[in-house]
Amino acid sequence: MFNSKYEIEENYQVFPGHYLMAFKSLDIARTALPGQFLHIRCYQGTEPILRRPLSIHSINKEKNLVYILYRVCGRGTGLLSGMKAGEMLDVLGPLGNGFTMPKNDEKIVLMGGGIGAAPLFFLLEEIKTHFDKRIDKVSVFLGAANSDLIVGKEKINKMGFSGYYATDDGSSGFKGTVIDLFETIWTEGSPDRIYACGPSPMFRSLAEAADKNARIEVSVEEHMGCGLGVCLSCVCKVAGPGTSTENAHICVDGPVFDLRKIIF
Amino acid sequence: MNLAVNIGGIFMKNPVATASGTFGYGGEYADFIDLNKLGAIVTKGITLLPRGGNPVPRIVETPSGMLNSIGLENPGVEVVLEKYLPYLRGFDVPVIINIAGDTIDDYVRLAATLEGVQGVSGLEINISCPNVKKGGLAFGSDPESAAEVISEIRGVTALPLIAKLSPNVTSIARVAERVADAGADAVSLINTLTGMSIDIRKRKPVLANIVGGLSGPAIRPVAVRAVWQVYQAVSIPIIGMGGITCARDALEFIMAGATGVAVGMASFVNPRTTIEVLEGIEAFMKENGIEDVAELIGSAHKN
Repeated sequence: MFNSKYEIEENYQVFPGHYLMAFKSLDIARTALPGQFLHIRCYQGTEPILRRPLSIHSINKEKNLVYILYRVCGRGTGLLSGMKAGEMLDVLGPLGNGFTMPKNDEKIVLMGGGIGAAPLFFLLEEIKTHFDKRIDKVSVFLGAANSDLIVGKEKINKMGFSGYYATDDGSSGFKGTVIDLFETIWTEGSPDRIYACGPSPMFRSLAEAADKNARIEVSVEEHMGCGLGVCLSCVCKVAGPGTSTENAHICVDGPVFDLRKIIF
Repeated sequence: MNLAVNIGGIFMKNPVATASGTFGYGGEYADFIDLNKLGAIVTKGITLLPRGGNPVPRIVETPSGMLNSIGLENPGVEVVLEKYLPYLRGFDVPVIINIAGDTIDDYVRLAATLEGVQGVSGLEINISCPNVKKGGLAFGSDPESAAEVISEIRGVTALPLIAKLSPNVTSIARVAERVADAGADAVSLINTLTGMSIDIRKRKPVLANIVGGLSGPAIRPVAVRAVWQVYQAVSIPIIGMGGITCARDALEFIMAGATGVAVGMASFVNPRTTIEVLEGIEAFMKENGIEDVAELIGSAHKN
């Protein structure tokens, strides 16, 4: 875990309201795992004051570049979008627990809703690195409000994965949610493993739709303060021993959880 | 140069402490700073039994600050003593345990449990909790009920007692006087200001608990004023807090009358804030030819 300032390499709009930023960090490039996140200070003054938790979108290990893909949704991300190459970015991370890697012969499905799909790409990179010969066992399902907002379609094709796409308005691919799409076209029996990122209603329908034998790992979002398990702001209920429930702290116990353990 | 201060029997090598609830039980920040350099560590507030806390959202960012309503989530005193205190004993830094309760009996039992425990240097009493036997009115909202809690705790412990004062009162100086009379060795102030924020899109309060406690630089002038008034009212030492982000901020509190200062939510933003505040105070003293930090305490009252 590091807290340092790193030089921004590039920061540009990839589609309306969505930006891709790269910064140079040997520390993070060498140590981060898919599903972990970064706590980024968007402004050095006190307004806005809190850091913003953003997932790691991609890592170029040869150039030590760390990529974040983010949607501008308030003042913090608005200020972040205005930062230029050459400026220094204050980053705390990598934080939290990421995804567990699949086993060699597992049938894998990745599902992403909207900008929530961002961290899946780092996972895809790692899967490709370690299981290059078996990428035919990996299917990627992405959904968004409309065709302009689907994240990383070209990248999925370039990496050689099979991509399936859904839009709420039907402007591209299947009309409906990514879960509807999965239920409609998936005919290959139960996947061994599902990785999902997106809003919590998506997780609820996924819990109902997916086969009971599949291991499902989801990345959960919540308002965060410290990112270190101190302020206790970002809790979710998970199954404890027996029939009990307990608080999990998303920043340190997550953000990736076994979906079946989360209590909605 | 002397930076050491005495907070009602707690000897701190410098005036910089952590504010309760913003530093966990210490270990969370050990990757970023040397805990041995701190003046004191004040733990997250603890209760007799474990508490799950409030539903989410528990925080919301506000102008130069944040509102929180965590609801005292903590594992209970037993777990804190078994799991966290042994770790803190490994450091050369006074540990102050922040305690909270629903009834006076809760506070008394907690204080008695902590009495004589190795590695506990003092207790900070969170009197901003609702008194369940008095319809949920906070103990600290009234000088007499505040004094009653302190006096009952005083009866069961010889540990230095720091009463943490709420700013949500008519006269914080009056509350300070009464807790000092009741046996508090020091006061810490201020606790958070009650506030709320509304999500205009959903047309409902942002926090699940509706109201929360405001902290951060937004409350600093209120806190400095409170320290100024309490310094004039009582002779026991004050730990000042509320929106400290740098040495300049901390020096305001010291000059208003604080013997110690505590860094709160600024640690969330910059995990090294405590150490940077300390280094900045040292630099200020050097620049101004000040040999002992005591020369600065309350100095704004003299000019």
